[in-house]
Amino acid sequence: MIELNPRIPDGAIEDKWEKHLEHIKLVGPNNRRKYDIIVVGTGLAGASAASSLASQGYNVNCFCYQDTPRRAHSIAAQGGINAAKNYRDDGDTVYRLFYDTQKGGDFRSREANVYRLAQLSRNIIDQAVAQGVPFAREYGGMLANRSFGGVLVSRTFYCRGQTGQQLLLGAYQSMQRCVYDGTLTMHSRTELQDIVVIDGRARGIIVRDLVTGEIRSHTADAVVLATGGYVNVYFHSTNAINSNATAIWRAHRRGAGFGNPCMVQIHPTCIPNSGNFQCKLTLMSESLRNDGRVWVPRKKGDDRDPRDIPEEDRYYYLEERYPSFGNLVPRDVASRNAKIVCDDGFSVLGDAGRAVYLDFRDALEREGRQVISERYGNLFAMYNDITADDPYQTPFRIYPAPHYSMGGLWVDYNLMTNIPGLYAIGEANFSDHGANRLGASSMMQCLADGYFILPQTIGDYLHDIFQDKIPEDHPAFAEHRAHVQERIDHLMGIQGTRSPMSLHEELGQVMWEHCGMARTGEGLKKAISHIESLKETFRKDLLIPGTAAGPNQALERAGRVADFLELADLMCHDALHRDESCGCHFREEHQTDDGEVVRNDEKFGNVSIWEWKGEDQPHELTEEPLEFKALPLMTRSYK
Amino acid sequence: MKYTLHIWRQESPSAKGDFVSYIVDDISPDSSFLEMMDLLNEQLIAKGEDPVTFDSDCREGICGSCSMVIDGRAHGPGHGCTTCEVRMRSFRDGDHIYIEPFRSAAFPLIKDLMVDRSAFDRIIESGGYVTVHSGPKPEPNSLPIPHAVAEHAMDAAECIGCGACVAACPNGAAMLFTSAKISHLGLLPQGEPEHDTRVVGMVHQMEQEGFGACTNHAECQDACPKGISISFISRMNRAFAKATLREPDQRRGTMSNQ
Repeated sequence: MIELNPRIPDGAIEDKWEKHLEHIKLVGPNNRRKYDIIVVGTGLAGASAASSLASQGYNVNCFCYQDTPRRAHSIAAQGGINAAKNYRDDGDTVYRLFYDTQKGGDFRSREANVYRLAQLSRNIIDQAVAQGVPFAREYGGMLANRSFGGVLVSRTFYCRGQTGQQLLLGAYQSMQRCVYDGTLTMHSRTELQDIVVIDGRARGIIVRDLVTGEIRSHTADAVVLATGGYVNVYFHSTNAINSNATAIWRAHRRGAGFGNPCMVQIHPTCIPNSGNFQCKLTLMSESLRNDGRVWVPRKKGDDRDPRDIPEEDRYYYLEERYPSFGNLVPRDVASRNAKIVCDDGFSVLGDAGRAVYLDFRDALEREGRQVISERYGNLFAMYNDITADDPYQTPFRIYPAPHYSMGGLWVDYNLMTNIPGLYAIGEANFSDHGANRLGASSMMQCLADGYFILPQTIGDYLHDIFQDKIPEDHPAFAEHRAHVQERIDHLMGIQGTRSPMSLHEELGQVMWEHCGMARTGEGLKKAISHIESLKETFRKDLLIPGTAAGPNQALERAGRVADFLELADLMCHDALHRDESCGCHFREEHQTDDGEVVRNDEKFGNVSIWEWKGEDQPHELTEEPLEFKALPLMTRSYK
Repeated sequence: MKYTLHIWRQESPSAKGDFVSYIVDDISPDSSFLEMMDLLNEQLIAKGEDPVTFDSDCREGICGSCSMVIDGRAHGPGHGCTTCEVRMRSFRDGDHIYIEPFRSAAFPLIKDLMVDRSAFDRIIESGGYVTVHSGPKPEPNSLPIPHAVAEHAMDAAECIGCGACVAACPNGAAMLFTSAKISHLGLLPQGEPEHDTRVVGMVHQMEQEGFGACTNHAECQDACPKGISISFISRMNRAFAKATLREPDQRRGTMSNQ
């Protein structure tokens, strides 16, 4: 059993964070340069943490697999970022944002963390504006807002459809400032291969240089993983082609607990899969649901041009089933309903595939083309490029796709995993989104973690290990390097017939079918046995051409797929264990007559944390009970 | 659809490179250019041959990783899109397609179609930021920014740092990239305090990296997947002239961390 102490401070929920800051230990400005901190990943969480820590004076080494930190996949976040600023005076408060996020997560997140996130949301906007992030402005010069799913207020700030890009560039530019200062060293085109844990503490990492193939080790006083989520386990997802779970999985194998692995978000508005050659699905921002209306024809097999289908023959299923939230229901609800109407035979692609309409006809009539184009122009253009359809003329065709993982490494209130000195921030940790994440809150969490939480809590650990350095020639580093080299040599040496991509695709199909939008006990058991045989195929029949002594993208993918295979197995076991429905985790056995989720709070009002027990050994489960004091449990309804 | 690809293959920076021809068949017109490349690589792997190395990540035109010159054009046919956004319907069945890396002295080749664009990071490092610590900041609405100014700044800020401007320029200039960042920050009040040192620092770094100078061909604007305007280059030139005429600030130092 892992020993888990979430270290949630006492006191009223509004005061916890401030009280915590008053009591944690700190490192003084003069001593910070004597500490080495490693940050892996340079998305919003990693870049904001690395730049904050380096500008405080810590000596930071930062790693990413891309050719430059500015390309991390946060760059692709489109719609916006939430903050409880209440600029519209529409009843928004910190509590309201907390309430929406906690309810949106279907009561499977840690409420102290969620409340802190809501409190810090406002600082993020201030910080980003000070960095020169060009948020949209109203004509009077004030910051503009839009609305997102699952809420009744307008609290989302945005930069056209490229909010993630602008926030990431803000953080990246701050990092480059620290590179100039010499407090931050950037190691691009390197990929983490292992975490070095000595006497129970994280002491460094092993990386592979993706250009030379060299295996290197780096020592540190603390290691921060900001390596994002793992929905590329589904092969077809909205994540970047190279997004992977290797860093968190390697940490997990070294003892870090993995929280709620089965919780993954399937995003409702993506461009449907159009064939097997496709390896990546494109997301269309949720913000489109502000003005677009989702519908399918009322008559099965109605193959008229959607423009010719009159109002009475259109089934606006979200508006009809959820009158108070309508098209802006949370993502899990919107996705599940798209699946239901397509299961029932109403797909607008007929037998050729699955999709529903997202229609801007009414918004274009109401607002005019110019206004709509200013709000969503780049999304309309992107859709047009990909499908050759013009959404100004005909409705978008959309279908859900894997997008985000709420699960991740378990962390305490300081964002430290159960391995002292090892931190996980952003999407890589499990803490804030429970069983479903609301739109425009992933960037909020990444930046709260990186700008405002970790830089203040890391001192609590570092203070006690002042000048307690591990030498670079400690035998553990050589052992770990040898272990990594062996693993690579082994993969290169299999010389079978299957490419890493084909194995990845097969894994994705299994996961999508049995561990996707709807799950059953029987299906999950099937998936587990299929994954077992797929692992065997991988071990015996993998083929990687070329050598490991230089760039080798097939080798990179093979290493990632090996980790996805193990993670997929754990996801299915977690989904099987969680014998209830909640948020995105829809077990068909547990639903109401009209297809809504049925939770079992008594048995599953907790976080499942899984411990690695060794190769081919079953994982061991520990549960963190959750508190529901600030917001009592209720049935989640958007009707 | 069937295509004959002529792809630049080069084992390492020092090795001799050349075009190698491949035939790909059964390609859907709806597939993306990089999906077609993935299929080619699957075929090569099946034969035990070394697949073509190329950069790509988000595959939706925003990360700026992909970097191919297709039939002589950076990012290939079409306007306002990156390599990953090119669809095979832009080509005719039976076409011969020539695929090369982004070529520039300041972008040294790593392997095949993969190049090193870290010079761009060093240009940003030389001033492409606003110096701020993380922590409480003033209320942003206390400093109104006119809608048009914010939109203009955003036009410049959209740059994805892909380097197509450099690959397309006959002089290998990086002025569109550099001027976009200078303009983005220069248009906003937050960028004002460091404006002059930023312009001078970034322009000097750009020259040190070995990029050429602008002679108004405007090829960069044409190739830019985000349609960044060359008017930002003139803006940068004016800003540079002003910044160097003013008393130079020799006091640029490191960020205080004490």
